[in-house]
Amino acid sequence: METIDLEQHFDAKLAKNEMIEPKDWMPDNYRKHLIRQISQHAHSEIVGMLPEGNWITRAPSLRAKIVLLAKVQDEGGHGLYLYTAAETLQISREELLDQLHTGKAKYSSIFNYQTLTWADIGAVGWLVDGAAIMNQVMLQRTSYGPYARAMVRICKEESFHQRQGYEIMCHLAFGTPAQKEMAQDAMNRWWYPTLMMFGPKDANSSNSANAIKWKIKRESNDELRQRFVNQTVAQAEYLGIKIPDENLKWNETKKGYDFSDPDWAEFNNIIHGHGPCNKERIGARVKAHENGKWVREAAAAFGKKQNAIDVAA
Amino acid sequence: MSENTDSQGTLWEIFVQKKAGQPFVHCGSLHAFDKEMALQNARDLYTRRGEGTAIWAVPASAIVASSPEDMGPFFDTTNDKVYRHPTFYQIPEGIKYI
Ligand SMILES: [Fe+2]
Ligand SMILES: [Fe+2]
Repeated sequence: METIDLEQHFDAKLAKNEMIEPKDWMPDNYRKHLIRQISQHAHSEIVGMLPEGNWITRAPSLRAKIVLLAKVQDEGGHGLYLYTAAETLQISREELLDQLHTGKAKYSSIFNYQTLTWADIGAVGWLVDGAAIMNQVMLQRTSYGPYARAMVRICKEESFHQRQGYEIMCHLAFGTPAQKEMAQDAMNRWWYPTLMMFGPKDANSSNSANAIKWKIKRESNDELRQRFVNQTVAQAEYLGIKIPDENLKWNETKKGYDFSDPDWAEFNNIIHGHGPCNKERIGARVKAHENGKWVREAAAAFGKKQNAIDVAA
Repeated sequence: MSENTDSQGTLWEIFVQKKAGQPFVHCGSLHAFDKEMALQNARDLYTRRGEGTAIWAVPASAIVASSPEDMGPFFDTTNDKVYRHPTFYQIPEGIKYI
């Protein structure tokens, strides 16, 4: 088939809401867009293990500790589902990791903030996973099959993440005055970074138009952000925790809340590598990768031996 | 088995059987260096919540797949064989258990 026919065929599939699969013809820019988005998503899951991993050894109870371990392990799993989804687009795992380690690929800005107190673990589960779920529920219907299937699996696992976070917030919000203050402090620090997770405002988002056109995304950054705010306000009210926004107000006409923008200059700063923890996060990943080198080599040598035995048998 | 092209092991496709007697269903892929590691990784990655009681791990390179381009002609031959379906046949009114 001529490229033009192939492109028409591709467009027709999208128009019918059919999924694109790895062996289907796809425009090169569609492929590149997906590699960028899926790998960024995978890296976010893996780097996202670091701020929470920070609290595993200091969790306040054994129950809290096993819950947090299970959650962080899930995030590692999410990263692996997504890496293999990206690999169906003709890029190797090694290249993907290399892009993370050299700073060529990005990950979510949110994971460059510090987790200073136990309440931050509550706020991260409740708000950060909550925001991620909003995005991931939409992505279950993304147009690329392997990405959509990974999302279905991830969404099933995510709801426990958000609930365990909210449970931590409940304990603190209804605890001693000091605990309540700790919960409020976490909210104060995490609210705006969470709003940034949905990406730039639609008007300033260079990648959005293509993502919508190709049905990779089915809702815009602003739509998802609005829905997140609408859902979260009542959850915060129940806790008696104040959302740090003087402009937060119900708007009857749009049937949603008006709210303030996060500081987009801060967002851009973090995206460009100057957040509180950018260096530390990448440093930790590179170190883990380098320290794991001999393990990979040993596993490869052992595997080679095993496979030779299988062939001989 | 395909060659190790990088330091990340080879790609395996994982199929999980939810309960005895049910079909094995593809659930995703992973990297591993040998059969045993493939099974262990599959357990850790795809059955963390009792999603399965048995696993097949297949080297991705061993899978033969049809291509989307010949999807039409490849499957065409079955389209005109309506007589393969039970609804093709007329059974007299009142006949039961058939
Ligand atoms: Fe996740
Ligand atoms: Fe999560």
